[in-house]
Amino acid sequence: MSGKLFRNFSFLSATLSFFLLVGIFAILFTYAQDAMHAFGIDFLFNETWEADEDDEGGVFGGFIPIVGTLLSTIIAMVIATPLAMGIAIFLTEIASPKISKGVSVAIELLAAIPSIIYGMWGLFYFAPIVQKTVGGDGVGLLTAGIVLAIMIIPFMASITRDSMNTTPLVLKESAYAMGATKFEVIKDVIMPYAKGGIIGSIILALGRALGETMAVAFLIGSVMSLPHRITDPTTSIPVLLANNFAEAQDLEMSAMYYLALVLFVVSFVIISAAKFYFFGKKAK
Amino acid sequence: MAESIVMDVRDFSFTYPGVEKPSLKKINLPIKENKITAMIGPSGCGKSTLLRAMNRIHDLYPGNTYEGEINLYKANGEKENILKIKKENDFIRLRQEVGMIFQKPTPFPMSIFDNVAYGLRLAGIKNKTELQDRVETALKGAAIWNETKDRLNESALGMSGGQQRRLCIARAVALKPRVLLFDEPTSALDPISTGAIEELIAEIKDEVSVVIVTHNMQQASRLSDYTAFMYLGELIEYDDTEKIFLNPGEKLTEDYITGRFG
Repeated sequence: MSGKLFRNFSFLSATLSFFLLVGIFAILFTYAQDAMHAFGIDFLFNETWEADEDDEGGVFGGFIPIVGTLLSTIIAMVIATPLAMGIAIFLTEIASPKISKGVSVAIELLAAIPSIIYGMWGLFYFAPIVQKTVGGDGVGLLTAGIVLAIMIIPFMASITRDSMNTTPLVLKESAYAMGATKFEVIKDVIMPYAKGGIIGSIILALGRALGETMAVAFLIGSVMSLPHRITDPTTSIPVLLANNFAEAQDLEMSAMYYLALVLFVVSFVIISAAKFYFFGKKAK
Repeated sequence: MAESIVMDVRDFSFTYPGVEKPSLKKINLPIKENKITAMIGPSGCGKSTLLRAMNRIHDLYPGNTYEGEINLYKANGEKENILKIKKENDFIRLRQEVGMIFQKPTPFPMSIFDNVAYGLRLAGIKNKTELQDRVETALKGAAIWNETKDRLNESALGMSGGQQRRLCIARAVALKPRVLLFDEPTSALDPISTGAIEELIAEIKDEVSVVIVTHNMQQASRLSDYTAFMYLGELIEYDDTEKIFLNPGEKLTEDYITGRFG
């Protein structure tokens, strides 16, 4: 009897997540209808975001926040990927167990810091440094990208480290026994062996960078303009949503749902690509 | 002595880091050229530890203590005490001369061809035709050429367990080492695959001297020319295989090979 109850309960919990996913998509899609009818697919390529005087209509296009989101994410990935790989290689192959343990703990703690703290640190401490070294206003694409990179590095490094650690000892030993150097063992044995995990960590970090709101809201400048230089301020989808939600009405609100839908679909596609990649690996 | 010696272990003691007692005590063991030397003994007797000292693979993990000598005799008659090696380049050279086959098959995550060519490329061979020739020779030598010649570019991970083992042997033989160390090469293999591997080992001894660690006494008696019996970190007896199995000099050896302990 209690077995059946428990079975039903766990079944309900499991299906709930599925319904949540579908439900959220449905809501976004429904509320985005007005904007979809008004602007169609051109919404994605239109740079204007202007409400009418009376706040009832206007022209809304998602091009700038979409570009801002993609560019800040790309900057973050370009910086974070090599550094995270370096950290993972150091932890698994180079550092002594003692140092490796200490650094691992530090990295996991870094991953636990709330993003608003990264945002504040970035704005008050890091942005002036960027301004001094490369110019610009301090806040902007580059600053947001670098701080995003710092936020996703611990995440990427620890997943990559875990998957590198699954390389069987005897496989590494047999490469050394063929006369391979440490570098050759890392390049030819460990990296190919851990490839699935490494790609997975990159894609998951990408998903996180795309959706990050708080830190980017502090750092990207929140200006509705296309960036021409890497230091220019612009905006991103989550930042625009967070900043405008309170005042928006009618069509603007619908346009924001449209934007949210775009972000949802992009993140969903990226994460499921990662999942299926893992899944494909395991099936082998 | 009629047969020349390729490796010579002298008064060799070995201690793992963080342990007080040595795991190997004053071992003396000659490895004869183009012969098969088997090391037998119960689990924990130190036979694998000794094997792993012979190409210094122990040194991937720091802190070991070596005493005594292990001499490797080169083709030109020169001898080198391999325990004195300190530089990475010299380790690489040593491991190309003293190859090792592990308990489990360890194909690298790359194609069959690249697995065999890997050591050759590390050794600096870049010429394509030479690589192809040597890979083919090695695969033929390991008796898997016919099974693999049409799928050299496929991943080695798709091969069966027995094939993977032969691939690993081919990979090691391709480097033309002077000595090849086998650490229980047929553990967990079915009798037919075991037979194939044993046949292969018996064949390659024309080109390379073989040291094999095994739990399987029938295997040692079938395969080897010389046998060393080890117990609790000491070498109890070393002699012709025939003598060890038919007329051992030590009581301990007799007890072990007749299955009275172990």
